[in-house]
Amino acid sequence: MIRFLLKGILRDRSRSLLPIIVVSLGVMITVFLQAYMDGVLGDSIEWTAQFTTGHVKVMTRAYQENMSQTPNDYALTDVDILQPQLEKDYPGLSWAPRIQFGGLLDVPDENGLTRAQGNVKGMGLELLNSSEEIERMHLNDYLSSGDFPKQAGEVLLSRELFNQMGLTLGDEVTLISSGMWGDMAMYNFKVCGTLQFGINSLDRGFMIADIEDLRLALNMENSASEILGFLKEGYYINKEAQNLSGSFNQKQTKTQDKFSLLMLPLSDMNGMQFFVAYAQQMQYLIVLVFVMAMSLVLWNAGLLGGLRRYGEFGLRLAIGENKHELYRSLMGEAVMIGLLGSIIGVAFGLLFSWLMQKYGLDIGDMLKDSTIMMPTVMRARITSTTYYIGFLPGILSTLIGAMLSGIGIYKRQTASLFKELEN
Amino acid sequence: MIVEVKHLTKKFPVGKAYFTALKDLNLSFAEAEFTGLVGPSGSGKTTLLNIIGSLDVPSEGEVIVLGKSVGRLSPPEAALLRKQELGFIFQNYNLLPVYTVFENVEFPLLLLDMPARERKKRVLESLSWLGLSDKVNSRPAQLSGGECQRVAIARAMVKRPRLVLADEPTANLDSVNSHNILQAMLKLNQELKTSFIFATHDEKVIGYLKRIIQLEDGRVAEDRLV
Repeated sequence: MIRFLLKGILRDRSRSLLPIIVVSLGVMITVFLQAYMDGVLGDSIEWTAQFTTGHVKVMTRAYQENMSQTPNDYALTDVDILQPQLEKDYPGLSWAPRIQFGGLLDVPDENGLTRAQGNVKGMGLELLNSSEEIERMHLNDYLSSGDFPKQAGEVLLSRELFNQMGLTLGDEVTLISSGMWGDMAMYNFKVCGTLQFGINSLDRGFMIADIEDLRLALNMENSASEILGFLKEGYYINKEAQNLSGSFNQKQTKTQDKFSLLMLPLSDMNGMQFFVAYAQQMQYLIVLVFVMAMSLVLWNAGLLGGLRRYGEFGLRLAIGENKHELYRSLMGEAVMIGLLGSIIGVAFGLLFSWLMQKYGLDIGDMLKDSTIMMPTVMRARITSTTYYIGFLPGILSTLIGAMLSGIGIYKRQTASLFKELEN
Repeated sequence: MIVEVKHLTKKFPVGKAYFTALKDLNLSFAEAEFTGLVGPSGSGKTTLLNIIGSLDVPSEGEVIVLGKSVGRLSPPEAALLRKQELGFIFQNYNLLPVYTVFENVEFPLLLLDMPARERKKRVLESLSWLGLSDKVNSRPAQLSGGECQRVAIARAMVKRPRLVLADEPTANLDSVNSHNILQAMLKLNQELKTSFIFATHDEKVIGYLKRIIQLEDGRVAEDRLV
């Protein structure tokens, strides 16, 4: 019977072509939107995690209260004890100590006088002893000239800052900032490379150096502004991060002490709560919208098809198919059409998503003067969800459409079939 | 008896009143009959055919088809009776246009969940009876009216029903095709012992009938063997 129905669907274009086109289009858009939203929102979340928050962050309570000012006077101390302890207690995460700082970058001329000066924000992370942070932050992708620090005292500058200050690789620059103890800190670095993030707020004035150099520069021996934790799955899982933070914070007893430790998940920092929830719910919203929209179109298509096939349904009832069987066979046809349309739609959706993932959409020009921290190239991301999410609206909408339009079968009076079939 | 009609009355509501289509009808049909319900429009032929075909139910009285009282069958039971035991032939053939001749004839067997090999054998046999072996892969649109009606007969006969109900089967056919069709049905009636009940007012059909039941205003005016 399934073969029989399938033959009918394939041969009767008016029965199958419009629904398949509608389903394919809807599914294609659903798949593409899911991959696009996942890519853009996921990228933004991961960007924030990699540069600012981690998937979880350990810091002091006082540091957390003033986090926007990167108050290194409230930094974590005894990192050589704390980090191994975190690694032992939470083996599902990898931990990365960071120093966040701001200051003034001074470029001296040949006489030692200021040739150029500019505000700079920066980060100290482990660069010399391990390539883990370079890989985690995909810094290779952003290296536009030179190389990563190979020895102490070397620094990477953002490309725009580098150009504005008229620097060449190998030039010396001086960081002027405040130390951990409130003292004034000055430290010389040698520029070994430049980075171009494609994020204007970073490209305007950013530096990255090895964390040991920053400890020396800012008098932060064995300290760190924060220790970021990254889930080994490689992407942010809100529930897991929430649970980890909850269990960590429960163990802290001296909560009134401003130097006591606090762990926060990404969603509780930088106003990310809404964003994380939004990213999670967005794909379901897309599916829901497309199920409803396509169901309406397919309902109408089903009604038109039902009118065209009025004689066929009458004949089938007359020769012994009961109404439930007929209705079920309509549902079977709907599933076949939904499946066929979904396969086509998913294939095209994946193709467009792949193109968007590979080439992306460069919106750098639009963000030229923006201070928002987001990637300038918007990319889709194909995940396991992308492969199946299109089947939900594809099959559900055809089923709902057929269910609604097929109700007419139950209103058919068998007593009038002979007369109806004469017309 | 294959069909027994006892004190059958059928009324249809017309506004607040009722129109009585069949009035206290008593009839019986034996196995392998070739019978016609004859009469002018409105005489109750199609209504009686409907009730015998379990498509409608009596208002009063009883109709027993193959031992089952039609009025007491639930809709699924009535559908099962039609599916297993009854064949229908319509004035307009009502073939499914997207399917081939073979597939059209095969359809009632699919409803019976018959195995593929048995289905194929039965379909080819039916088409052979009706001289359609060379049209197996044709679509209805490629056939003449007479050929379409022969396909419809093959479809009605393929499951070897005990009773075939035909409503004006020759109404859309010319004289030559009508005779061909009727001869084919007569042959099936004789060889397979299938009972045929026609509703007709076509003289060509009447000439082939072995029993004629003349209906007038919902009553039997005449019931005679030919």
